[in-house]
Amino acid sequence: MPLLTFTIFLPLAGALLVGLVPNRDGANDALVRRLALGVSLAAFLVSLALWRGFDPLGADYQFVEQAAWIPAFGIEYHLGIDGISLLLIVLTTFLTPLALLSSWGSVKKKVKAFSVCLLLLETAMIGVFAAIDLFLFYVFWDAMLIPMYLLIGVWGYDRRIYAAVKFILYTMAGSVLMLIAILTLSVLHYQQFGAYSFDLARLLQLSIPPASQALLFGAFTLAFAIKVPLFPLHTWLPDAHVEAPTAGSVLLAGVLLKMGTYGLVRFAFPLFPEAAHQYAPLLAWLAVIGIIYGALVAMVQPDLKKLVAYSSVSHLGFVVLGICAMNVNGVQGATFQMLAHGVSTGGLFLLVGMLSDRRHTRLIAEFGGLKQVMPMLVRVFFLITLASVALPGTNGFVGEFLILLGTYRWDWRLGTAAASGVILSVVYMLWMFQRVNYGPVTNPKNEGLPDLTPREWGAILPIAAMAVLMGVLPNIFLSPMEPAVRRVVQRVERGQVYTAQVEGAAPAPTASSSTPLAGAQPRVE
Amino acid sequence: MENLQAIMPMLLVTLTAVATMVAEAFRRKGERMPIGGLGVIGLAGAAVAACLLWNRNAAGFGVVQADNFALFVSLVLIGIGLLTIMFSARVVERDGLPQGEYYALTLFAIAGMMLMASATDLLVIFLALEVLSLSVYSLTGIRRTDAAGAEAAFKYFLLGAFSSAFFLYGIAFTYAVTGSTRLDRVSTVIATQVLQPNPLVWLAIGLLLVGFAFKVSAVPFHMWTPDAYEGAPTVVTGFMSTGVKAAAFAAFLRVFLSAFDPMRPDWVQMVEWIALATMILGTVVGVVQNNVKRLLAYSSIAHAGYLLVGLVAASDTGKAAVLFYLAVYAVANLGAFGVIGAIATRERPNGDLHDFTGLWFTRPVAALLMAVFLLSLAGFPPLAGFMGKWYIFQAAVAEGYTGLAVVAILTSVIAVFFYLRIVVSMFMTTASAEFEVPAIGQVGLAGLGIAAVVTFYLGVLPTRLIDLAAQSIQTIF
Repeated sequence: MPLLTFTIFLPLAGALLVGLVPNRDGANDALVRRLALGVSLAAFLVSLALWRGFDPLGADYQFVEQAAWIPAFGIEYHLGIDGISLLLIVLTTFLTPLALLSSWGSVKKKVKAFSVCLLLLETAMIGVFAAIDLFLFYVFWDAMLIPMYLLIGVWGYDRRIYAAVKFILYTMAGSVLMLIAILTLSVLHYQQFGAYSFDLARLLQLSIPPASQALLFGAFTLAFAIKVPLFPLHTWLPDAHVEAPTAGSVLLAGVLLKMGTYGLVRFAFPLFPEAAHQYAPLLAWLAVIGIIYGALVAMVQPDLKKLVAYSSVSHLGFVVLGICAMNVNGVQGATFQMLAHGVSTGGLFLLVGMLSDRRHTRLIAEFGGLKQVMPMLVRVFFLITLASVALPGTNGFVGEFLILLGTYRWDWRLGTAAASGVILSVVYMLWMFQRVNYGPVTNPKNEGLPDLTPREWGAILPIAAMAVLMGVLPNIFLSPMEPAVRRVVQRVERGQVYTAQVEGAAPAPTASSSTPLAGAQPRVE
Repeated sequence: MENLQAIMPMLLVTLTAVATMVAEAFRRKGERMPIGGLGVIGLAGAAVAACLLWNRNAAGFGVVQADNFALFVSLVLIGIGLLTIMFSARVVERDGLPQGEYYALTLFAIAGMMLMASATDLLVIFLALEVLSLSVYSLTGIRRTDAAGAEAAFKYFLLGAFSSAFFLYGIAFTYAVTGSTRLDRVSTVIATQVLQPNPLVWLAIGLLLVGFAFKVSAVPFHMWTPDAYEGAPTVVTGFMSTGVKAAAFAAFLRVFLSAFDPMRPDWVQMVEWIALATMILGTVVGVVQNNVKRLLAYSSIAHAGYLLVGLVAASDTGKAAVLFYLAVYAVANLGAFGVIGAIATRERPNGDLHDFTGLWFTRPVAALLMAVFLLSLAGFPPLAGFMGKWYIFQAAVAEGYTGLAVVAILTSVIAVFFYLRIVVSMFMTTASAEFEVPAIGQVGLAGLGIAAVVTFYLGVLPTRLIDLAAQSIQTIF
């Protein structure tokens, strides 16, 4: 049994199964919910089996599956995972059941369609992380948009339509240019090797002149930067997050944003190492601006969900920064931070969702003194808040620490600026926490709110446990990704060597790229 | 005998058309006759004939060539015809359209389209063009008591006649320069004059280009499209937006890539500009439409632009891409119009965006089918439309038209916006209880189901059709 294909299409099969349950006017809602949850749990177990079978020392792609798809253009159904994609797949399958569970209380209309959308989304998300044929990757990447669009637009809050349309247009606008770039790569492969190919490993062998590298890198990076989102392309994110239903927010923050940073690590940087080296400082500064800007804006948000959304902008800035540093510490930290942010922000959105289910508002000013009303919920909230502000011993710390370490080794100015973001995150998170949970109960509506229900425990406990586990035993996660991280870093270092040669005005390494190089020289002092 | 074989598919369709007229003539008042079924049988026969001719490259009477290219397009046209008849089953009864005339005209139009795709002589192409145009003009105005339909038909007819004149002048000038209307001879003569072309050739190319641009509704000859699409009965709109476009593009490709191929560097730039203008105008103006049929009219203009991109980048890949795109576009567009037709009533025949509010809550199946077709038109994977767009863009990028591909793909993002407007009103707004949306009839539902399955199939496993399309362009040009 091809395990990877099975993992990807299990949710799809589950979605078809759920689709068969008659659900007119809310009949069989409970069955639909259980069935969908069961399918997503099964997918989680299968992904754990993937991890079990994964060789943590192997640097190459594992569980590789390859079959012709559109042979005339060398398009293949080509799957494979390394440590980075493995962990992101596990993150996806870990969060999906929790997202489903969280919706049991809040989603009341069209439950079947909701579950189907979520499962379809899961298939597309896993597919994105498992595809190593660029065409296949793009298909999954784009296929993910429609379910997410529907999740926001149908089950979201008041301004959901605006948010859904903004989400899809923003993402599309970036990713279509990536499609053109992918096609250009395949054509380059045709010109250099006599056959079309979309296979990542083959495309890595292309020699691409610097001028086109910059354009292609730009197209890829634009698509990924919008998804991350990198400042100043982040404006879709707060809207989408605020208007999305809880389950949508959890997956949006937990997994979808990671697709952007994953794309940078997997495709944009390794495919175009020279351009990556040239533009990494620019991206890194944008990331640092995002870190600080996101934190400052988060500080003044009156709406809990918006605050968490802007904190995502800030945290994802760290991830991009770590990737741009392109050393083992930085990239490993970035990958770890992707997982950590997925877990802790997923948790925050779940908690905000629980508050919003109870009070139908998310305004910080409406709350206060919740500690006396819901002690258990507040305790979990506290733990996850600490994880989010990167307290040592929680998951947030490891990632941010490694990223800062990597950044200092690259450029101390960036490191210093980014470190200030860490402090700011403590300010906005703890201040928010204090206003919501401490003090007297000022608003009578908050009196007598029920504490965590068993179902909510089921959704939040795994996240809390994971936040601690990742903080205490980070090696479980760091070691499987290490070979993959090293390989990416080595690959991109070639670009560094190359750039160094250009700066030293040394002769070009290969004859084929000498002409474009001459054009690049005037730019160098 | 081979002559007859080559025209067998269109002959069968024509005979069926005659048969439906005879049947209608002998129908007693009030008697119900399965005239649509007759049409289905005839088209199925034509499909079989076309399949048998595959790879035979049969020539008929020196002016028709049943090569794989013609057969591919013919099969697409037969598919369009079959789906149209299935969608019509209920609509014809509901709207009280004259059955016999309706089906006869549809079949005559298909016969004309098939002839247009296989003709190798400019005059025969013109003949075919007139056969299909006259049928479609009449179909547009077939609701005789309906003012909008009459206006649409009249507009379409006047502008169409005008463009036919352009086309005919183009043929005349071609004849003046080359002494022939046969495409192969025209090509030979022009090839000898490439270095010092007779200025009249320019005139000929320009006039023919206008004629074709009108039929495929390319900017700036698109003006008739929104009005005709809106005014015509919805099934007819679906039929003409796909059938006429497929036939016209087939002839467009054949004429420009065989007869005028030696002059390609000269006309390709013109087509490039037309493609750019068509894509941009189609999508930008589509954004502000509040009538779904008008909206899809502008979408069909935009799609003509994408097809023109394929013509500009007419390598083997590009030609095959156009054929593939015609097929996937036809299925999705027909499906979309099929849904609009099915959920319309006599009181609300014209598909206002308003009629779609909350459709998902009242008629979930109709809404889902509509969403599938719209998302395919918008080019989302894993639907056929994505593969069609990819194929065209691949060809464009491979031929070095990356700029054109970028514009095409950015306009397709704008187009996403207007397709999603319909999705928004179907799924994200709650139904107003002003009217009861009728259920889709069984035959129509079957047709829509087939179209949806094909849309998914070609989106997931396009290889077979891609290979067929690649084979069909090998025999010619």
